[in-house]
Amino acid sequence: MSIEAREEFKPKIVAFCCNWCSYAGADLAGSSRLSYSADVKIIRVPCSCRVNPMFILRAFERGADGVIICGCHPGDCHYTSGNYYARRRMTLLFSMLDFIGVENGRTRVEWVSAAEGVKFSQTMHEFVDKITSLGKNVRLEDLRCRKS
Amino acid sequence: MTDKKKQAELIREISGVNPLKCMKCGKCSATCPSYNEMDIKPHQFVSYVINEDIESLVKSRSLWKCLSCFACVQRCPRDVKPGKLIDAARQIVERQRGGDYLSPDEIPELLDPEIPQQLLVSAFRRYRR
Amino acid sequence: MLRIGVFVCHCGSNIAATVDVKKVVEMALHEPGVVHAEDYQYMCSEAGQEKIRAAIQEKHLSGIVVCSCSPRMHENTFRNAAERAGLNPYMVEIANIREHCSWIHKDMEEATEKAVILMRAAVAKVNLNTPLQPGESRVTKRALVIGGGIAGIQTALDIADAGYPVDIVEKTPSIGGRMSQLDKTFPTLDCSACILTPKMVEANAHPNINIYTYSEVEKVSGFVGDFTVDIRKKARSVDMSKCTGCGVCQEKCPSKKTPSEFNRGLNNRSAIYTPFAQAIPNVPVIDREACIKFKTGKCGICSKVCQAGAIDYEQKDEIITEKYGAIVVATGFDMIKLDDYDEYAYSQSKDVITSLELERIMNAAGPTGGHLERLSDGKAPKEIVFIQCVGSRCADNRGKSYCSKICCMYTAKHAMLIRDKYPDVNVTVFYIDVRTPGKNFDEFYRRAVEEYGVNYIKGQVGKVIPQPDGKLLVQGADLLDNKQILKEADMVVLAAAIEPNPDVRKIATMLTASIDTNNFLTEAHAKLRPVESPTAGVFLSGVCQGPKDIPETVSQAGAAAVKAIGLLAKDKLLTNPCTAHSDELLCNGCSQCANVCPYGAITYEEKEVNDHGIREVRRIAVVNEALCQGCGACTVTCPSGAMDLKGFSNRQILAEVDAICR
Repeated sequence: MSIEAREEFKPKIVAFCCNWCSYAGADLAGSSRLSYSADVKIIRVPCSCRVNPMFILRAFERGADGVIICGCHPGDCHYTSGNYYARRRMTLLFSMLDFIGVENGRTRVEWVSAAEGVKFSQTMHEFVDKITSLGKNVRLEDLRCRKS
Repeated sequence: MTDKKKQAELIREISGVNPLKCMKCGKCSATCPSYNEMDIKPHQFVSYVINEDIESLVKSRSLWKCLSCFACVQRCPRDVKPGKLIDAARQIVERQRGGDYLSPDEIPELLDPEIPQQLLVSAFRRYRR
Repeated sequence: MLRIGVFVCHCGSNIAATVDVKKVVEMALHEPGVVHAEDYQYMCSEAGQEKIRAAIQEKHLSGIVVCSCSPRMHENTFRNAAERAGLNPYMVEIANIREHCSWIHKDMEEATEKAVILMRAAVAKVNLNTPLQPGESRVTKRALVIGGGIAGIQTALDIADAGYPVDIVEKTPSIGGRMSQLDKTFPTLDCSACILTPKMVEANAHPNINIYTYSEVEKVSGFVGDFTVDIRKKARSVDMSKCTGCGVCQEKCPSKKTPSEFNRGLNNRSAIYTPFAQAIPNVPVIDREACIKFKTGKCGICSKVCQAGAIDYEQKDEIITEKYGAIVVATGFDMIKLDDYDEYAYSQSKDVITSLELERIMNAAGPTGGHLERLSDGKAPKEIVFIQCVGSRCADNRGKSYCSKICCMYTAKHAMLIRDKYPDVNVTVFYIDVRTPGKNFDEFYRRAVEEYGVNYIKGQVGKVIPQPDGKLLVQGADLLDNKQILKEADMVVLAAAIEPNPDVRKIATMLTASIDTNNFLTEAHAKLRPVESPTAGVFLSGVCQGPKDIPETVSQAGAAAVKAIGLLAKDKLLTNPCTAHSDELLCNGCSQCANVCPYGAITYEEKEVNDHGIREVRRIAVVNEALCQGCGACTVTCPSGAMDLKGFSNRQILAEVDAICR
């Protein structure tokens, strides 16, 4: 990667946020005017357990540089147990991502409650920094999907 | 950045304290054992740093009357720690003067493993005057 | 292909100041399916909604995207607007360009670019939306109130008066809560018991109210309108139907060494006890930890003296299972533990007390019979110091970050009452700020200063040092006179911070209600829905939601009751149509989805399917839409990809991912 390209690097980051905790936490970050990078785009899902590993692979395939999944704190899931499923699925998926060459740091699971606007913003800061330091994700990107 | 601002910034940096967290409760002054000796009182340290008046702080009697007992640091409900601010001011003065008053060889005898590191350092700063 | 309309809201300057709304409109018109795009100052206003209606009808739109604030705020507003224009409400998607964009970014170019991407994602999603019809579920016309303090009692009374049966579950042996421990109440100084006990009696006598004391909620399942709750009725060891409340057992009980919870441990109670004289129900409980009969097997005096034969040592915990339509949480508060505040010598001197302990000392039914005296030597104090904000407004980990709200007022009350009854006693209050907003509140505080001569000193106390002669040396700061004060006091009263009852976390977990880091329950919207939990059918009453005084608690209790009544008054509820469903051609009946479903909403049917001309009977998953809450756990578990979630389908989410990564 040339120096020039590095300077211009703006990561594409997809954040899956559960409707009950993290999405509300992101709303609180917004209403408290706690800024974080515009590179983060949030997709609302009913629960972190709705996040299919397929969605994450697709994001990487389409050129995302990082994917973060946010859910309710363990024990606080609106649907009782959804975040536990999410945690198990993501642990498994992430270990395999490593295997196919997508660095561990490109994915993350974080618990953010509806009252944790500050935590949401901080988490996004940290994650964007991490992805920026990792640079562009080229391993899994389907070149046919890349814009010419 | 003005000189005043720079100095205040330096104090904040050395002490690691954010004086804006202060809610002006005065527990530091309430708790200070050498309060009566001081011209600028512990709770005022904070506002002096906020107002960037480090000059007065550095010239004050309080700078050398603070015992570094850290009672204010311990009891401050807002984590503002006036004792650390005054310690930082002392450090600035000492740095401007330059020179060491205590040789490193003398230190081991003075050490007590029970004493917190920071208290020790700040006491050296005070007593080497 | 749908005909999509995109509506971009300025939200005054909230969005328009950082997002170039015209650019978003222009970009929207390039998106596939978009046939109409416009912007307006306030889309949620009457005029804004009218624009949406007009566009839907004139341009025959079959799907709309509103770029505005969070869907948690106005999704329903726009869905209703669409429905009024004849469009299925689930053909509406919101792009959140306020909370997630304009409010957090400063650079116009950057924010606009992000807003365009969010708009694209929403357009991509709405392209795949399908019209959905909500189902119906029934409402059990019975409410549960957890907690029998003033909040719970008031909520229960209001619901019961509206004609619905209510159960109150109270952990302790009597209802009444914290308010029953208070002596007088601000700002009118009327006696707490005089205004509370009639309400307790009323609740007890109300035909629609059923009170379970000495009971705890054990398990909650179900959902709004149809909760099933297990209540553990702890063994009282006294038959409630036989006991006459004569009190002889308590008198004769030989085990009298247990600190009284009601009197905050200032005196002792017997092993068989009612917490206080006006307890409701007036039926004692045997504390099995303290009872000699339970500890050694020998004693049984209470059983011998009980004329009614009500003592039952064999009684066991009982589980009651009941169905409810609405649940109100009113679990209240406690004072924080002061173990970490050694500088105030709370654990070193009996004469350093909390305000709630002072409340008991001042009370005629309290441990000192209402005489103000030092607990160490029984002498009348001459000099009393009050310390405010002990553990409130703390940034360190010893205390609480919030203001406990009630302390300024009750301290003014205590100071005033002491000066009134004992004019020779000097009262000093060390304060950081005096916060007395509220009707007649500041006047009340001023009266304490102006008419009763209470000495208010701006500054905090650094430490309290017990002296050999029994006095307490208080070292404080007077920030206005800029001096340090050393004051000898006979008694020191600490305004300890209040915290939510620690049990509330367990209850919140059972109810899947959100809770914040301070253990306060979260409301559905901080301003517009303050008495509702984000979990439908769960309402919040009193201090479990945030610090409150009695008038505020009572008003909130009424508000929670109204919300519960509004729910119970409905015969049927419309269910969320965003439920899971299985594709019968893909399902192989493996049962994995049923295993992860938290609601037991998935069953299996032998069903004849037509698979590309081959008719055969297969075992396939069927989702009960009334039970399904739409979490989507099953959709990811399904190995054959047969399960999908309406409203958040795989294709929709993938379309959003694609749009964002484009």
